[in-house]
Amino acid sequence: MNADCRPALTLRQDTVGALAAMQAVFARDMKVAFRQRQDLLNPLLFFVMVVTLFPLGVSPEVSFLREAGAGILWVAALLSVLLSLDHLFRHDFDDGTLEQLVLQPQPLFLLVLAKTAAHWVLTGLPLVVLTPVLGVMVHLDGNSIGVLCLTLLIGTPVLSLIGSIGAALTLGLRSAGVLLSLLIIPLYIPVLIFGTGTVASAAEGAPVGAYLALMGAFLVLALTLAPFASAAALRISLSNG
Amino acid sequence: MSEPLLQAVDLQCERDERILFRDLSFSILPGTVTRVEGPNGSGKTTLLRMLAGLNDAWSGSLLWCGKPRSAQREEFLRNTLYLGHRPGIKPLLTPMENLRALTAGRRPLPEPVLREALDGTGLTWFQDVPCRNLSAGQQRRVALARLLIADEPLWLLDEVFTAIDSGGVSAIEDLLQQRAAEGGAVVVTTHHDLNLPGMQRIVLGGGAANEC
Repeated sequence: MNADCRPALTLRQDTVGALAAMQAVFARDMKVAFRQRQDLLNPLLFFVMVVTLFPLGVSPEVSFLREAGAGILWVAALLSVLLSLDHLFRHDFDDGTLEQLVLQPQPLFLLVLAKTAAHWVLTGLPLVVLTPVLGVMVHLDGNSIGVLCLTLLIGTPVLSLIGSIGAALTLGLRSAGVLLSLLIIPLYIPVLIFGTGTVASAAEGAPVGAYLALMGAFLVLALTLAPFASAAALRISLSNG
Repeated sequence: MSEPLLQAVDLQCERDERILFRDLSFSILPGTVTRVEGPNGSGKTTLLRMLAGLNDAWSGSLLWCGKPRSAQREEFLRNTLYLGHRPGIKPLLTPMENLRALTAGRRPLPEPVLREALDGTGLTWFQDVPCRNLSAGQQRRVALARLLIADEPLWLLDEVFTAIDSGGVSAIEDLLQQRAAEGGAVVVTTHHDLNLPGMQRIVLGGGAANEC
């Protein structure tokens, strides 16, 4: 057995493009989620329950609900995204697919972005779709509901993106839930304030362009920075695993 | 003399305030099978994860084709296949979907090729069954199907024989040997009694390590 005389396998210089790899990650996450539909319903049910319990628990008065409605919906959406965050990387970590993801010859932040996008499509987007129905239930007027949907449409991806950093950081820990909330909630607060502020300003008939522009800025900031932070956090978590 | 694919110089790794190994140097040449040996807890898996690029908590240097690995990460990942003892199989997906997802980010292969690989691992009748309905050994076989279609020159295989029946074990041994003959390099950790001709050994344990 002499190693010298064997033909060496050639080193590969090319690989599949990052976009195709991202599509594959996104498609796999969607497929896994739809094989386990009850998990998909959890955040939605939570959202609906919190919003329906508020009129029962506090006051069914139209004036109260009209004033607090947007805030209730935003807080419920925020909490339901927070609840679903722990699943973002946890299953992949447990079954070893996360290791294989990190070892793909692709920029990791792009793969993380694809996973986060799948998370948003599966949790954030359904919340936005449900919002008009629940908005009517809390007596919001049509204009407010439209603006509320718009703020959630811009805001929930920000929640998913920021949340992915926390989920990646707390991955190696046994009881990550509390720490994850503590890490993430402070970063969610600006989004919440501007989200509800936009609707309040719309209800008074004031222009909301500036608010929406600021929320858009949040989204751009999260979209450009969060995947890098999550990718770095994932590497650290896996390094200890 | 062919150039080593991967070269480790003075590796040292600490875990839980215990030195797993220090001054560990070795070369992985194309066309060789290397076995990492040592008792439980001696750092075999840790070493393999270091070589794969998953574990960053070590000192020393790793050279890929003669140059520092950290400077050519993508190059390295493109040419290395790592199978950990968590097989990387999604329980809710079928073997075919799993295999497609695992290869998609590296080198997408047409369906017949993947099917053939699964046939080769004896999973012909289970291709459309969710993996959670398969036995542990069958799940590992899904992961091992990647070896049949892999063109990466360096394979890092952690506990590759776990849960595999004796027929499968000898098939894997043949595969590793054939791979080395083709010029690939294989690093394995196993408690199984693996003895291939010309096999290189790295022995860990006892706080210090030697290359034999």
